[in-house]
Order: sequence, then structure tokens, then C-alpha cells
Amino acid sequence: MYSQYFPLLRAALAAVIVAWSMPAHADTHAVSQAKKAFAVGVLKAKVGDTVVFRNDDEFAHNVFSLSDAQSFDLGSYKKGEERTVKLTAPGTIEVECAIHPEMKMKIEVQK
Amino acid sequence: MPVTTSIRRFSYALAFLLAFVCAATVIAAESSLGANVGANLRSDPWIRPEQAPAPAENLPTSARVVLGQMLFFDPRLSRKANMSCASCHNPALGWSDGLPTATGFDMKTLARATPTIINTAFNPIQMWDGRKSTLEDQALGPIEAGGEMNMPLPELVARLKTIHGYAAKFEDAYPGQGISEVTVARAIASFERTVLSTESPFDRWRMGDEKAVDDSAKRGFELFTGKANCAICHSGYNFTDNGFHNIGVKNTDPANPDVGRFAQKPLKSMRGAFKTPTLRDIGLTGPYMRNGCYTTLMEVVEHYDRGGDDKDNLSINVVPLHLTAQEKTDLVAFMQSLTGAPRLVNVPALPH
Repeated sequence: MYSQYFPLLRAALAAVIVAWSMPAHADTHAVSQAKKAFAVGVLKAKVGDTVVFRNDDEFAHNVFSLSDAQSFDLGSYKKGEERTVKLTAPGTIEVECAIHPEMKMKIEVQK
Repeated sequence: MPVTTSIRRFSYALAFLLAFVCAATVIAAESSLGANVGANLRSDPWIRPEQAPAPAENLPTSARVVLGQMLFFDPRLSRKANMSCASCHNPALGWSDGLPTATGFDMKTLARATPTIINTAFNPIQMWDGRKSTLEDQALGPIEAGGEMNMPLPELVARLKTIHGYAAKFEDAYPGQGISEVTVARAIASFERTVLSTESPFDRWRMGDEKAVDDSAKRGFELFTGKANCAICHSGYNFTDNGFHNIGVKNTDPANPDVGRFAQKPLKSMRGAFKTPTLRDIGLTGPYMRNGCYTTLMEVVEHYDRGGDDKDNLSINVVPLHLTAQEKTDLVAFMQSLTGAPRLVNVPALPH
């Protein structure tokens, strides 16, 4: 007697499944490098997010990670320039500036 | 007692009291000024702290420093018992060796200059390539390095145990801990924490003595922190950012270039990068650069003025400066003002 609703239910179920399987909305996180320090000590983010590092010092900085979770080397860049990395895997990423080893931060990446 | 005498005595007493109050006020004001000056000096980023930091597990004591000084000057810490730490870090030569590059085991010439150990106790990272982080780690590095003192550490500990006089010295310094790699490292590090720069003309100028340096040096400091861009790396009281930069020094052996920090951190920007050295006591520590390629500070200034020589992987901080002849002279005058009177050091009698 409710068979006329089956196509509607199937469509609703399919929509839920599709929505569930879609990645959450990706965010962009801005991290300044100023006075030889990252502006954030620990950044919480999720897979798919993007982190934008901006050099706000008068001299060159670098950004790299050799962590198991994700490794990258964004090179060296001048004041006012930015470098971007997309987070591809869950885990803790230890980020440093190769030029100034005292500059360190972590990115805790959730699924 | 006549009235006039009483009045006279009273006026003397009043005058004395007034004089006392005035003097006390002046003394208090001077004390206050002194305290303010001290506070200002401590907050001046170009004036170094009085003492070097030390880890909680190795706080300095006189017994530790005395022992460390003995070990520092003892050639028996090397395999052939002919090289001490002081052979390269010679206090008579600015705690360096006066050579372009160091001389190691069996008189072999090494690839890098001996860095001074003056003020290295303030640095959170050690060696030209930063491969050691603490003074304690650093202290054992050259002892066991095959090209340097070439002494296996177990053999070193065994040898020191055969030298009768050392046992009591280690017991005084590190009660109950005995002679070990750890206590050897800690003692040497404790001594190194006393190897600090002395008050320089620059320091006296920063503290308010306008006549401590001449006008050329004052202009040089302006250039150093401005047009010449030096202070972006040679920053703070120890004139180092403890960072790593490829400044375009010509390789001594172009076919086999020294990769520097890259050996520790395999990142492109670290290829050919070396740790920024202190400029404290720079007048005592030449030749200059990591391979000792310059004998004068003017040559160093000329290097930076032309934006380095080897452009391969050059730091983007290094660009031609277009300095005038006077500006170059001023920079050299400023750097010379960073040199204090050499600290007198007693060479200790060693135990047998």
C-alpha cells in the first residue's frame, strides 16, 4: 500500500549515502611567520585542508616537514610571499623552518 | 650652658641632619638609577646576559669547571695523546687556531675552519652544520671523530681511569658518578660555559659611553642593521641567528663541494648552508668564513658587497649591496668594536 513511496525513499537513501561519502568542506588555514616564529604552535586541521604560510619577516624563511604523516619542502621565500601545502593524510606533521631551526610548529591532521 | 652655644649646637645638628638627608637622597637616587640602567641593559638585545644557560642536570660548580678545564687542556684525550681541545680551540688565538681550516689527526688538513668557542654556550645548536644540539653532545664529537682526536670513547674512559689524580677530581665534580663518557662531556661543557666574550667598546657604547667607539664604528652599526643587511642573520647579543645560510663562499675544492647543513637536513635550501657564526671578538678569530678563505674583515665586507661568489643555491638574503668605500670602512670599524680584551686563562697542571 506504500509502494508508491519506494522510489522516493530510495532517492532519499541514495542522497544520504552520497552526502555521507562526500568529503567535509575543506578549509584554508593561514599561518604567519614573523619574528622568527610560526604564529601558531599547534594547528588542528583535517585531510583536504590547505595551509598557507606567509613570510612576514624582513628575511627569508623556509617551510618543510620530514614527518612520516606527510613530508614536503616548500623552499625558501622572501617577505610578503606565501607557500601553500594541501594536507593529504591524517597524523601529526612536524613543521620547521630549515633556515631557523628554532622555528617549529605541529599540524594535527584528522581524517 | 649659654644660650648662644645651645643655638649654635642646634644649628650644627640641623645642618648635619640636612646634609645626611640630602646625601641619603642622592645615594638612593643613584641606586635607583643604577637599577634602571641594569634593567635597561638586560633588555638591550645587543648586550649579552652575564651567564650562559646550563641544563638542570649539569649546573656549573667550581669543581666541574676546574675538572673541565683540565680535560680541555689534556692531550691524553686524543688517541695519540698529542692533541687537546685547546690545540684547535686555543685561547691565545681567540679560542680558534688562526688557520684557514683545522689540522686534525696525524696533521691532516681538514675541510672546515675551527669555530671559536667564545659564547658558544649561548647557542642552541652547535657545529658549522648543526649536527650537535648541546654543549655536552658537542664536547665528545671532536674527541671521537676519526679525522680529529680520533679517540674511541670507551678507550678514553679507560685511559682516564688509569690517571690517578683524575678520580678525586671527578668525585668532587660529580659525586658517585665516576669517570664516564657522560661526566667527561659534562665537565668539558661546564668549562666551555665560562668561555665568554669580555666587555667590548661596542658594549660600553651601548651602555652610554659615547666615546667608547668612534663615529666610523657608529655609522658602521647603522649600516650593519640597515643598508648592509648584516643583522638579519648576525642578530642579537651573540650576533647570530643560529640559522643556516648559503652565503656564496667559493668552495675550496669545487669538484667536491662541502654540502654543509644538507648532510643533516637533506633539503634544497640547505645545500651549501652553514651556521651563522658569532661576531663577538671577531678581531681575534680570523681567518674568516667556514673555510677560512678571507684573512681580513674588509675581504668579508667585499664578499657581501658583491653578493657572494658561488651563486649555486645562494640564499635569497644575499644580494649586492653597492656600498661606498667609506661605508665598507665603517662596517669594518664597527666589527672591530665587538672585540674585547682577551680573557686571561690559566693553563692547568694536569694529574698524573
